[in-house]
Amino acid sequence: MTAIYKRELGAYFASPLGYAYFAVYFLFSGIFFFFFTLGSGTANLSNVFSGMAFVLMCILPLLTMRLFAEDKRQKTDQLLLTSPVTLTGIVAAKFLAAVTIFFISCLILLIYGLVLSVVATVNGFIIVGNFVGLLALGGIFIAVGIFISSLTENQMIAAILALLVNVLFFIGSLITSLVNVPVIADIMKSLSVLDRYSEFTLGIFKFGTILFFVSCAAVFLFLTVRVLDSRRGG
Amino acid sequence: MISVKNISKKYGNHYALNDISFEAEAGEVLGFLGPNGAGKSTTMNIITGYIGCSEGDAFIDGVSVTKEPLKAKSKIGYLPEQPPLYPDMTVSEYLEFVFALKRVKGSRAQILSEIMRKVRITDMFHRLIKNLSKGYKQRVGLAAAMVGDPSVLILDEPTAGLDPRQIVEIRSLIKNLGRDKTVIFSTHILSEVQSACDRIIIINEGKIVAADTAAGLEERAAQTINIAALGDFEKAESILKDLPEASAAEVTERGEVNRFSITATAGVDLDIQLPSAIFNAFSEAGVTLVSMSPSRQSLEEIFMDLTTKGTVTETITKAATEEIKDDGNL
Repeated sequence: MTAIYKRELGAYFASPLGYAYFAVYFLFSGIFFFFFTLGSGTANLSNVFSGMAFVLMCILPLLTMRLFAEDKRQKTDQLLLTSPVTLTGIVAAKFLAAVTIFFISCLILLIYGLVLSVVATVNGFIIVGNFVGLLALGGIFIAVGIFISSLTENQMIAAILALLVNVLFFIGSLITSLVNVPVIADIMKSLSVLDRYSEFTLGIFKFGTILFFVSCAAVFLFLTVRVLDSRRGG
Repeated sequence: MISVKNISKKYGNHYALNDISFEAEAGEVLGFLGPNGAGKSTTMNIITGYIGCSEGDAFIDGVSVTKEPLKAKSKIGYLPEQPPLYPDMTVSEYLEFVFALKRVKGSRAQILSEIMRKVRITDMFHRLIKNLSKGYKQRVGLAAAMVGDPSVLILDEPTAGLDPRQIVEIRSLIKNLGRDKTVIFSTHILSEVQSACDRIIIINEGKIVAADTAAGLEERAAQTINIAALGDFEKAESILKDLPEASAAEVTERGEVNRFSITATAGVDLDIQLPSAIFNAFSEAGVTLVSMSPSRQSLEEIFMDLTTKGTVTETITKAATEEIKDDGNL
């Protein structure tokens, strides 16, 4: 499992993909920091974080699209699946590799917070809440992306489909108020990722919320294992 | 050792493999032969645990592939038809990755350099895999299969795409590996199984149609004598039909000279018994025998017979055999 984790980490920087991801991430976070915080003369980073949540929805599929699709296309899945590693181990290793890259890129936002704290009074709870919320949201996007990558051998299709599912997550949360069938509205609300994400952005930590994000990601990772297993046939 | 028991693989209602069973001991090289789509790769993919099977099980040194997959997989080195290489890695990075993936114990540098020496890729150590030629890629794949010193090696067409010199090298490497390991390899090249394998399994349409040594297969195959006789066709034909030593007589030419291909009855030898019986019968009836020559089936012809459905006319068999010979000579 460690071997696969290390190889996947290395693979991000063996191609332009990892660099492109960091470039886009830093570009947008810089622009948001400049306009939303410095430009508007506040010490509030919340808008930077919510802007990045939207950007991540679009660029995390870049990190996940190749994870299983590429293995299938170049038949390296034959090496992985005939080695003494469990399917869960393979999925977990690839998930953690993408999460590692994602986590490192998010550290820049904490640096913005530190820079701000030198010149102004900063609400630490809100920054940490936003940071944890962003990580939790990203974790779901990555799990979704991995699941979709396991369904196809075409990386472009994997990226586009993952983006589509991510957008549905957002839209599903936004249109809850428009649904006038109470039962469906309740279900949608209880599954709403955005509602829970916004709790984090206010600096509220609830065990239930964290559990929600963890189990959402776990469901998609579990589905990925099922896809790989069913492809083996029986 | 490998023991495959009653493996079947179904896709919908179609059997890709139908009740395959065989065994291979340590120190044995087993050749897998069969036309494209016969089920060679499917069998190998099931033994290595890449895909599951609908029925049956395979055992590696007694460990079940379906019940204890991780333990079984750690005993197998597998080179699939297309070597599973990461093009963005160098040869050394890739082999180090495989070393870690298989959780091999021992000195990494020493084990890997020994393997690279054996398959002759030491010079390519720092090259990116995507820049290697097909022959070298194949060898890197073989090297990866050898990492961890597995007791069973399964090689799917290991010599495909190599030049003749590389083929000879890989073949002798397989022979060496087969001294203490169980090696199964598939190929299209018949001369290869003849020279490198202790035993041959021929698969056709998902079933094993023959499992024997090369010599054993040749012995079992139908042996014939071609004769040419002058004079009355009907007379010659009726003599041959009544001859107890001949089980079948096929007419190959009819005219001024009549030619027949005669198959010996089981137990009748082709060198003395059948020819003398034919000669005596013809001379008694006054038919002039002008030539008589035994014809033994080559491995190619046996292969064609076993893997072709229905009766094959002589001309078709010949043309196809020549094609295979061309392949074999590369």
